[in-house]
Amino acid sequence: MYALNYVKARSLEEAARMLASHPEAKVLAGGMTLVPTLKQRLARPSHLVDILQLAELRGIAAKGGRLSIGAASRHDDVATSVVVKKAIPALAELAGLIGDPQVRNMGTIGGSLANNDPAADYPAAVLGLGATVFTNRREIAADEFFQGLFATALEEGEIITRVVFAVPKRAAYAKFHHPASGYAMAGVFIALTRDGVRVAVTGAGPGVFRWKAAESALSKSLEPSALEGAALDASELNQDIHASRDYRANLVRVMAKRALAKLSGKK
Amino acid sequence: MAKVTIKVNGKNQTRNVEDRTLLADFLRDELGLTGTHVGCDTSQCGCCTVHVNGRAVKSCSMLAVQANGAQVLTIEGLAKNGKLHPVQRAFSECHGLQCGFCTPGMIMATVGLLKDKPNPSEDDIIHGLEGNLCRCTGYINIVKAVKMGAKLMRGKGKRR
Ligand SMILES: Cc1cc2nc3c(=O)[nH]c(=O)nc-3n(C[C@H](O)[C@H](O)[C@H](O)COP(=O)(O)OP(=O)(O)OC[C@H]3O[C@@H](n4cnc5c(N)ncnc54)[C@H](O)[C@@H]3O)c2cc1C
Ligand code: FES
Ligand code: FES
Repeated sequence: MYALNYVKARSLEEAARMLASHPEAKVLAGGMTLVPTLKQRLARPSHLVDILQLAELRGIAAKGGRLSIGAASRHDDVATSVVVKKAIPALAELAGLIGDPQVRNMGTIGGSLANNDPAADYPAAVLGLGATVFTNRREIAADEFFQGLFATALEEGEIITRVVFAVPKRAAYAKFHHPASGYAMAGVFIALTRDGVRVAVTGAGPGVFRWKAAESALSKSLEPSALEGAALDASELNQDIHASRDYRANLVRVMAKRALAKLSGKK
Repeated sequence: MAKVTIKVNGKNQTRNVEDRTLLADFLRDELGLTGTHVGCDTSQCGCCTVHVNGRAVKSCSMLAVQANGAQVLTIEGLAKNGKLHPVQRAFSECHGLQCGFCTPGMIMATVGLLKDKPNPSEDDIIHGLEGNLCRCTGYINIVKAVKMGAKLMRGKGKRR
């Protein structure tokens, strides 16, 4: 790791000020992506601005059909939260599938979204549920937030403060995890929202995406057979040592069926 | 440089370290607590697992400054008055190790798991130790050891 300066921010405002005055500074949350990256010398920030302890970024609450999760909530906080389990059980389940217990004890939802790893789990839930990402500057709709491989709508020095979900009628997530890394080879989040069916896919493509053909198929019928005809262009999916494009396309369909079965209570 | 005070195994330890110092290196190099192992470069093996404020974490993936003011428990802090912790005893009795390199991390992860799940199913154990790799045992006796450790901690095991 290159030498750097660590600063524990005492307020959101102080964190924002630090980032503004040091263009090479980076936010540090759980460090589960950033610290390994620094160890490999793949990044060279001048400062790390620790935001994990900020009160403005904490807390999980449900009110009036909305669930709000502070950006510094750890995966384990979300997985075990009674509030989340009651409002959106699929979200608690998803958080409990991330990595391993040690990673869940440190990693945060804000860090996961800001990083937007193409195989990360949270982006599938945030896009699938059409959530809103709140920052210290503005609100960003999920449909605008994710912009492909490790890219988001976040500007320089912008800090995610919380994520707000409209509680869906029902939702389910199915993930095929890579046995070594734990990340998704394919993960499908299906939500029956007030505005219709949404299907988000992670792990398979260069970034999380909505599978629109499946959405329109499922808006007519929630039977697994409805997915058979839903078009999915394998040429746009990832191909690597772990799986070919066609294999991934098939996995997406299988995960979608599994999510659908959970949604209908058929496990 | 940063002045860091961490309560390690019940004792306050203050050192001046570089900001980039990993917690694992702080424990091993500054305090000589070499029971915390470092087995990989990718945050995947779990050999370096310690508890920070009661949560099991990978000390190779955290800076010492992040733990400033925190309480840290390492494998060296488990035994009390020369008596092994029930989970340590269980790993020894069930042959839950061969070379022993993964063992401190396995034991710290197990102690963390048993806090949440004092009576874990086989599935709970397998998922609870997903962050820890063992290159020797094939895990069979590790799972056995966790079951026995849980039993001992619930006070139902044979005492010697
Ligand atoms: C062994 C292992 C297995 C894993 N398996 C999975 C898995 O199965 N699924 C999965 O989804 N993830 C997995 N992860 C990643 C994990 O979920 C991380 O916690 C997550 O990607 C980053 O969150 P963090 O809080 O640790 O962020 P950090 O590592 O602290 O930061 C990550 C990036 O986000 C930025 N950032 C952090 N917080 C904010 C904020 N509030 N506002 C703006 N920018 C911010 C940082 O500057 C940095 O660029 C795994 C990680 C490891 C080490
Ligand atoms: S040394 Fe920490 S996970 Fe391998
Ligand atoms: S006993 Fe050798 S790595 Fe586990």
